[in-house]
Amino acid sequence: MHPPVRLGVRIAVLLALAVLPALTGALDQPFLLDLALRIMILATAAVSLNLILGYGGMISFGHAAYIGIGAYAVGIPAYYGEYSGYVQLPLAIGAGALFALVTGYICLRTKGVYFIMITLAFAQMAYFAFVSIEEYGGDDGLVIEQRSEFTGIIDMESTHQFYYVVLVFLVGALYLVSRIVNARFGMAVQGAKDNDQRMQSLGFDTFRYRLACYVIAGAMAAAAGWLMGNYNYFFSPEMMGWTHSGELIFMVVLGGAGSLFGPLYGAIVLIILEEQLSSATVYWPLILGAILIAVVLFARGGLEGMLAKLERRK
Amino acid sequence: MEWVLFVSQLLNGLQLGVLLFLLAAGLTLVFGIMDFVNLAHGSLYMMGAYFCVTLTSALGSFPLAVLLAVILTFILGIAVELIVSRHLYQRDHLDQVLATFGLILFFNGAVHLIWGPEGNPIALPDYLNGRISLPAGIEIPTFRLVIIAIGLAVAVGLIWLVTKTRMGMLIRAGASNRRMAGALGVDIRKLFTLVFALGAAMAGLAGMMIAPITEANIGMGDDILIVAFVVIIIGGIGSIRGAFIAALLVGMIDVMGRSYLDDFMKLIMDNQSAETASPALSAMAIYILMAGILYFRPRGLFPPRHR
Amino acid sequence: MNAPLLETRGLSKAFGGITATEGVDLDVGEGKIHAVIGPNGAGKTTLIAQLAGMLAPDSGRIIFAGRDITRLPTHARARLGIARSFQITSIFHAMSVLDNTLLAVQAHDGHSYRFWRRARRDKRLTGPAMAALEQVGLGHKAASNASGLSHGEHRQLEIAMALAGASKLLLLDEPMAGMGAEESARMVVLLRGLKETKSILLIEHDMDVVFALADRITVMVDGKAIASGKPEQIRADENVRRAYLGMEGPGETIGDA
Repeated sequence: MHPPVRLGVRIAVLLALAVLPALTGALDQPFLLDLALRIMILATAAVSLNLILGYGGMISFGHAAYIGIGAYAVGIPAYYGEYSGYVQLPLAIGAGALFALVTGYICLRTKGVYFIMITLAFAQMAYFAFVSIEEYGGDDGLVIEQRSEFTGIIDMESTHQFYYVVLVFLVGALYLVSRIVNARFGMAVQGAKDNDQRMQSLGFDTFRYRLACYVIAGAMAAAAGWLMGNYNYFFSPEMMGWTHSGELIFMVVLGGAGSLFGPLYGAIVLIILEEQLSSATVYWPLILGAILIAVVLFARGGLEGMLAKLERRK
Repeated sequence: MEWVLFVSQLLNGLQLGVLLFLLAAGLTLVFGIMDFVNLAHGSLYMMGAYFCVTLTSALGSFPLAVLLAVILTFILGIAVELIVSRHLYQRDHLDQVLATFGLILFFNGAVHLIWGPEGNPIALPDYLNGRISLPAGIEIPTFRLVIIAIGLAVAVGLIWLVTKTRMGMLIRAGASNRRMAGALGVDIRKLFTLVFALGAAMAGLAGMMIAPITEANIGMGDDILIVAFVVIIIGGIGSIRGAFIAALLVGMIDVMGRSYLDDFMKLIMDNQSAETASPALSAMAIYILMAGILYFRPRGLFPPRHR
Repeated sequence: MNAPLLETRGLSKAFGGITATEGVDLDVGEGKIHAVIGPNGAGKTTLIAQLAGMLAPDSGRIIFAGRDITRLPTHARARLGIARSFQITSIFHAMSVLDNTLLAVQAHDGHSYRFWRRARRDKRLTGPAMAALEQVGLGHKAASNASGLSHGEHRQLEIAMALAGASKLLLLDEPMAGMGAEESARMVVLLRGLKETKSILLIEHDMDVVFALADRITVMVDGKAIASGKPEQIRADENVRRAYLGMEGPGETIGDA
């Protein structure tokens, strides 16, 4: 019997995230909490990307658009004085799902590199569309006066309560994806990734399963965007920029595409790395870029893959 | 006066179109032949502009600087191909996208380190800085005409190269059937390097043409790269002819959309809503065009025959 | 005699100027094994591709179980009960042997918009999937990764997948290709056993297999069906002898290049 390395690491990481607020309080390091929040929110988005990219083989290069859409779903209602979370969160999820449905319907007719470029182009379209809307701050975006309200249940303004809201979303996203990929639907999507023609000759309308999967991932990422808007008290088109989509892909691949916890590990490593590098030198993109190239060229299977190897060796 | 503006917008669209073609040509060739998605193509555009910045101030001659900078970008293209790209041809598109995304970060960081964070202007010589008067009172900045002329000349040259020369035949063979090109006894690795570097030089040239107007900036290639992607998707990946037509189409629609869409919208809705809606719509115009074309032709206007 | 399960009338397909199939009429009876033979390039695989819906015929009609399916997409035909195995093994390489078969069952068990319950614990899927694997003799390999199977086992898995869906008609494109003698013999027994529940359209080059299994045989040459009938009729047919069998006698493939 191999020692369950992967399970151990998963539990350890989740436990660490769960007790972090208490620790940072004791150590007087509020900065760490801030970092963990950013990691968890982006990890939630990366988990949703992994659903389509890792399990479904759909390399979307426009996933950051959904983060932006989610954030605008906080900001635009707030601009008109509507702060209720019961309005904003469903709006975010609905808008994300709708954008995914409309663009996915066109993107998924294409394959391979066309798909990559088209998802990229649609995200860019959303970016420029919001840039051109002067009412909502155009290029600069707008500040959000206060976080979503769930009066009497959660106080999102409390850092600790907000932290646990984010943690619940992250764990919820992980659990949701684990159920989906092991259910009939997930089998169909993974089959379509593996051998699309065979799936069709078995009787699966693979386009529709892919589209449904794409919509679920879009809705999840928009929920992460809703968290991001709340976290930043701010929204702007820049959140949809394609370099952010690239970062999300990097998180997924670094952690291990198609492995449940991979995106979380990828998010932890990438964000901490960026944090360290950018505080060390202004030329950090140079180093990060080189690391990224090296990871692609030399490390296959990501961090989860490494853990799995470790498991087998022992 | 209305149509004076119209003609000058037409020329603006043409200018954007030829610049897009310079970028898209390399992108579509590299993808068509090597099956390689190069996100860092925009970085080569940026590097071309920066080479030109330094050379112009060192030599004091813009044309000479352009000539040398094109050669430098060509050499840079060879280096990138040998060091990074070559190892990625056999990998899947995801790895290619990620590694070339890494290249973008690398080049943006490198430019910051070498040239600093601010934009760098390029001073044009006087004879390029003026305006040329055309009949009927139309005045055009000389440099715009130069850009259009150079862009069209390169397009013609490239199409000649691809359709009439032996190398072009190999390129086309490679684009439609890689194994066949190999069977023709071509040193495929050299051909790949050459094509990559050629694409780099054209992208660099586009950067040099735009830099005197906008300055050379960090990340200047990042956004226009996406538009170049739109161009090659519309044109059909791997097709030079498709890239050319799509580049002009996209250039025209983008420029015309921005200048005339609100007038057009005012015909169908009230002024207030037209002025609100048209900037967003014109920003999205080329993407809507792309979506529409893909809906009917998922592989673009001129898809390569075999793949 | 009942109406045939599958009928084609005047099925034609050309690529550029080259005819792949021309005016093919075919009747596959319920519970029968119908073999299609002919030299390489005679259009047999193109025929199967048209029947399965991967290629649209230029003209002609396909009727399955009394319904015109000529314009239906692949997945819709599969749901009506047409299963296809591929000449070149086509399985899900990244999945386990059981998962491969499970997907075939799932395809016919209602829709797949079920997001929660674990498919591998669903007896309605695993039961028939295991049964199909046992039937082809792959039960002991259920948990193995599909990519690790031998060539013969891949072919067996293909058959298991075709069985696992509750299909009425199997389109088998050279199921014995590349198999050893022993594996082939097992496959013959297996296919014969299937006649109880399925009809089979079989493309096969091994004439011994064809004559051992087929209830009817159609001979294709240059995209045309030149003869159709019982095995003994085909064996006696002068045209067939001249065009095909006579050249080298029953046995391995005869190229027409």
